[in-house]
Amino acid sequence: MLSELERTAIRAAVERLGDRRAAAAETLAMLQRERGWVSDEALAEAAMVLGMPREELETVATAFELVFRRRVGRHVIMACDSVSCWIKGADSIVALIKERLGIGFGETSADGEFTLLPAGCLGLCEQAPAMTLDGLPYGRLDAKTLDEIFARIGEDKHGDSAH
Amino acid sequence: MAYKNYILVCGGTGCESSKSDELFKALHQQAEAQGVKNDVQIVKTGCFGFCEKGPIVKVLPQESFYVEVKPEDAKEIVAEQVVKGREVKRLLYRKGEKADSNVKIEDIEFYQKQFRVVLRNCGVINPENIDEYIAREGYTGLERALFKMKPDDIVNELKVSGLRGRGGAGFPTWLKWDLTKKAPGDVKYVVCNADEGDPGAYMNRSTIEGDPHSLIEAMIICGYTIGARQGYIYIRAEYPLAIERLKIAIRQAKEYGLLGTNILGSGFDFDLEIRLGAGAFVCGEETALLRSLEGNRGMPVPKPPFPAISGLWKKPTVINNVETYVNISVIMSKGAQWYAKIGTEKSRGTKTFALTGKIQNSGLVEVPMGTTLREIIFDIGGGIRGGKKFKGVQTGGPSGGIITAESLDQPISYESLTALGSMMGSGGMIIMDEDDCVVDIAKFYMAFCVDESCGKCAPCRIGTNQMHAILDKISKGQGTEDDLAKLEKIGKAMTKASLCMLGGSAANPTLSTLRHFREEYLEHIRDHKCRAGKCKDLVVYEIDAAKCIGCGLCARKCPVPCIAGEKKQPHVIDQARCIKCGECYKACKFGAVIKK
Ligand SMILES: Cc1cc2nc3c(=O)[nH]c(=O)nc-3n(C[C@H](O)[C@H](O)[C@H](O)COP(=O)(O)O)c2cc1C
Repeated sequence: MLSELERTAIRAAVERLGDRRAAAAETLAMLQRERGWVSDEALAEAAMVLGMPREELETVATAFELVFRRRVGRHVIMACDSVSCWIKGADSIVALIKERLGIGFGETSADGEFTLLPAGCLGLCEQAPAMTLDGLPYGRLDAKTLDEIFARIGEDKHGDSAH
Repeated sequence: MAYKNYILVCGGTGCESSKSDELFKALHQQAEAQGVKNDVQIVKTGCFGFCEKGPIVKVLPQESFYVEVKPEDAKEIVAEQVVKGREVKRLLYRKGEKADSNVKIEDIEFYQKQFRVVLRNCGVINPENIDEYIAREGYTGLERALFKMKPDDIVNELKVSGLRGRGGAGFPTWLKWDLTKKAPGDVKYVVCNADEGDPGAYMNRSTIEGDPHSLIEAMIICGYTIGARQGYIYIRAEYPLAIERLKIAIRQAKEYGLLGTNILGSGFDFDLEIRLGAGAFVCGEETALLRSLEGNRGMPVPKPPFPAISGLWKKPTVINNVETYVNISVIMSKGAQWYAKIGTEKSRGTKTFALTGKIQNSGLVEVPMGTTLREIIFDIGGGIRGGKKFKGVQTGGPSGGIITAESLDQPISYESLTALGSMMGSGGMIIMDEDDCVVDIAKFYMAFCVDESCGKCAPCRIGTNQMHAILDKISKGQGTEDDLAKLEKIGKAMTKASLCMLGGSAANPTLSTLRHFREEYLEHIRDHKCRAGKCKDLVVYEIDAAKCIGCGLCARKCPVPCIAGEKKQPHVIDQARCIKCGECYKACKFGAVIKK
């Protein structure tokens, strides 16, 4: 069920844009932000608020690389597999990540910690090879920087459980 | 009270990913801790362009240009420069080997041949402070438009300037505005295309991050010219920093009466909304973008009617690229005569490019039209990394083609790049060296187009798949000479029959590499050989037991890992698991890893 907060947010977007359907992208982005992914139920309810068939909202949702239609892990890694990164050896970086997490593209690790996704150009070409981790950019990746990044996540997790 | 020093820290996404945010905070903490908080102003700017050496810090008034600065360096910068007034020599950019030369921005080769019009404020002002934009002639173009010019005068000004669209196709901007202005209807719209889905391109992102008001100003001018009261900036959701800076800028513009009702007391009303893009390449195509704005899946529709007549919600709409708008703010404040002197006869002004790939200085550059590729790649970009040989540069992304060494001295313009079988595109330049394989590249771009094709029209949906299948076959050494003719035939059919330019230009990378490097295609087919060693099915890495000293470096570098061996004993690669990334080949210091 959509929360009251979510419904209010959708109505506010509709009002701001002066058109129900036009708020489709903003609605999906909001649901994604609030929930980490967009379930079938959430999508169907949102479509009702927007006054459009749920199939049509679905076609908008699947066009968005950043709207997840399946449950994802606590952390989401989007590894760029586009041209500038690929020329700079993104292949081996992706292999390293897959090896470390034991998952392939589109999969979530068994402990529910990580989801790994491919990304069309992230626009971080000057830092190639690059990825985002929970939306934050990381560039000039190599075995060493990846170690640092994963070590830091490990520490954060430690910090969390200490609270 | 005047500050003794200004510290400008690059706050572009690229530098933020290399900890410029931590550096920024560390500088603040140090200024506070060392008791000089009131002597120094620390500002986060937009991109300096010299991304290769980021994070960049510039300190005024000395103009010290520091590169690859780390958060740990903050203490020394504050202690030395702010407290004692001395430069931190070890962080200064070094020209060649001379360690002590104190190099200013204008001495750095990377900046010498550049001419910054679009990027004039990037790395100079704080993009989150409207006053700094205004202090550099910001919003004077809008003032001139509202109070000294009629809409027709503005159209004429653009005509004199010679500005053409920077989104790729180079359509004359004045004509687009004029058509929309003359189109019947009370409701019209101004749209900015900031989708930038072109792989290898990030000029628009950096421009917005560094100077958001420059875009906003031009959109207001457009609204006034064509008679629109509402504008939309369609920006991809992958650009969170640019979105944030735009939001701040729009809020400030509203506070200053530059957006909203009765702008600057002129009686003209105009408002702007930010709309999120899907990060799908095809959504950058203007008709698909407009459908997406309406809340539909972004798919192209046939033209005509053009957006100028029937655009957003079927109303007359101007849609321009970010860089096109930013140029307009400059044209309106400095005048069309000034602008028209820059560039070539048919391609006026400057163009920004994102240099990526095997280039020494990857980064963001801006040069006058008419600059040669050699100047861009070798003088500004510093040439190819690691002393390798230049093979080609891809311009125009997946819609463009490869340009080879023999054309390096061509002055760039819309016409010259098209004549070379490529196109201007949005400004991505991907530089390739001898280790890159043209078949592999063509296959890569085709795979991109297969992914990004919206599927609406058959030539693109089927053609991209078929071409990809053939390229895949060739890359595996299973192609025939017939296949080359097939590629050309399908490519031509797609070019002619596709609904939009995604399909219409998807064959270009393949056709252009075929034209320039047919020999290499034939090598794959006849000799089952990939000279660059990139086509994985045609290359085998092996370890020469006689040369291997068993240092284990290759095994440590191997990402799989599939290299095993005892210490000080020859190592072996497990061929079944090898992903042929070549890391071992690059790592071995004894030439023991052989590529076959
Ligand atoms: C597949 C495809 C993708 C495109 N992507 C972009 C883009 O990301 N940004 C852009 O400004 N123009 C893009 N264009 C070009 C637009 O359709 C349009 O020509 C441009 O926004 C017009 O602006 P301009 O006249 O200022 O260049 C794309 C075109 C095609 C066919």
